[in-house]
Amino acid sequence: MAIIETHDLTKKFDKLTAVDRLNLSINEGEIFGLLGPNGAGKTTTLSMLATLLPPTDGNAAVAGFDVRRDAAKVRRNIGFVFQDPSSDDMLTGRENLYLHALMYGVDMRNINEKMDAVLRLVDLTDKQHQRMKGYSGGMRRRLELARGLLHEPRVLFLDEPTLGLDPQTRQHLWKYIKKLSTEKKVTIIITTHYMEEADMLCDRVAIIDHGKIAALDTPQKLKSMLGGDVVKLMVKDPKLAAVKKLKYVKDLKHEDGVVTMTMFDSNKHLQEVLKKVGDVESVETRKPTLNDVFLHFTGNEMRDSDDASEGGWSERMMHSSVENR
Amino acid sequence: MSEISGLYALWYREFKIFTREISRVVSSLVQPLMWLVIFGTGLGSALGENFIGTGASYSTYIFPGIMVMTVLFGSLFFGLYIIMDKRVDFLKEVLVAPLSRTTIFFGKVLGGSTDGAIEICLLLILGVLFFGIHLTLLSLAETIVIIALLMISIVSLGLIFGALMTSQEGFGLVVTFVIFPLFFLSGALFPVKSLPTWLYAFVAINPVSYTVDALRAVMLGIPASFGLPVDFAVMIGFALAMVLIGSWAFRRMKF
Repeated sequence: MAIIETHDLTKKFDKLTAVDRLNLSINEGEIFGLLGPNGAGKTTTLSMLATLLPPTDGNAAVAGFDVRRDAAKVRRNIGFVFQDPSSDDMLTGRENLYLHALMYGVDMRNINEKMDAVLRLVDLTDKQHQRMKGYSGGMRRRLELARGLLHEPRVLFLDEPTLGLDPQTRQHLWKYIKKLSTEKKVTIIITTHYMEEADMLCDRVAIIDHGKIAALDTPQKLKSMLGGDVVKLMVKDPKLAAVKKLKYVKDLKHEDGVVTMTMFDSNKHLQEVLKKVGDVESVETRKPTLNDVFLHFTGNEMRDSDDASEGGWSERMMHSSVENR
Repeated sequence: MSEISGLYALWYREFKIFTREISRVVSSLVQPLMWLVIFGTGLGSALGENFIGTGASYSTYIFPGIMVMTVLFGSLFFGLYIIMDKRVDFLKEVLVAPLSRTTIFFGKVLGGSTDGAIEICLLLILGVLFFGIHLTLLSLAETIVIIALLMISIVSLGLIFGALMTSQEGFGLVVTFVIFPLFFLSGALFPVKSLPTWLYAFVAINPVSYTVDALRAVMLGIPASFGLPVDFAVMIGFALAMVLIGSWAFRRMKF
């Protein structure tokens, strides 16, 4: 059953169309990833689904409620963990949870048990009475995850949940996110531009570019769509024309003596390619990653953004307003 | 129901933070004390013990005005600080919660007024001890009402600026063009009766003048220049207007 459904969802900022007639259907209980380069429209999409931004056109339903007409009901059914910190430094972790419960109208009769439970879930029980000023980035994010769950939402939005965290912390956080998904059965929508994160976590991913869906499927299927293995050769003077004629070679690219291509059954075909291409210095073959998929769909050119903002700290300081985006 | 618990949550937050920043309370009293002790004594020594026949010394005469000044600075800045909140911390979480913007606005006003009330109580105690302020139960009650009205107005005014401004660069402008004129043109430091007409006109259109006037009447027994009914009418009108504009500004605030 779809818990989120969008129909031609569109958001325009002046002349820029940030989200362009997006049609999405997200199933209850899945971890769904929104991938895309900076400025592709991920955060804008999330903001519309969370009723933080009104759509310019089209509509969206979350947990059965229209984001425009029933914003308050949508909000009660969703949790949101922001890219940047949104908890109060001067308060303790537990106090931040308590405030959240009050504001979301959580039944206060067994609030202590509820807070204990979410704190246990993210392993912060022993830090709960410490002011958040002293929390590390990872602890803060974990507390915010716990907070997002306190009112038992049906959908949890995570906007770049591991941005700016070190690899160890990131891996821990993935563990917690997985745990939420299995133990709480909550639907999780995650935006990220860490491909390995999406690969690890998501049941399905949508790659978004220029406000449109470029591809949508399970990470497995997306990777197999690329058509086999990625082969990388270091060649002085590659004879590309000869290689190009081979039927099984796809996505042939050449740059500074490095030739990349994808092919099925590379162990069978590689021999023939090596014979034709010229003096090969080194060979590397590997299974495609989501990163390859991403680059395949979004191209190689760098985005320097109208949106240098989607990057955490600078965004916080420079663009306080989502609307400014 | 959740609107009420939300209101409580917002107040609770402000109050918790306030109790953890006691140094801020102390520093908020330093400025008024400098005015009272240094400026009051300095100018007062030239003016004599009986300032313009009021029976009060100059320090005592300006005490109500200095209370008003304390509220002006403290409460306006409290409101302006939501610009900082907008950026880094808590406000986003609050704005995403299923609470109406009006509730959020009132939670802020309530929180800011509580902080201010505690500061003003401390100042009032110092006034009774050292600055010749005599209060009866009635005049204390009247003082509380007047200060409460002012606080609600000024926190709201600060929140209006805070909601409309997008960066803290405007802080200095607000201090120069809002706080100082409201303070200096309120008659906090001088009687308004014998002013030249052009200056009197500015004082008369400043709503804070009526607060100073009323406060001086109830605390020191100096007859109100505008008359107490007029003073109260202006104070209530000002508070209502600020609250209405403030909750409107909050509803349309982007974040």
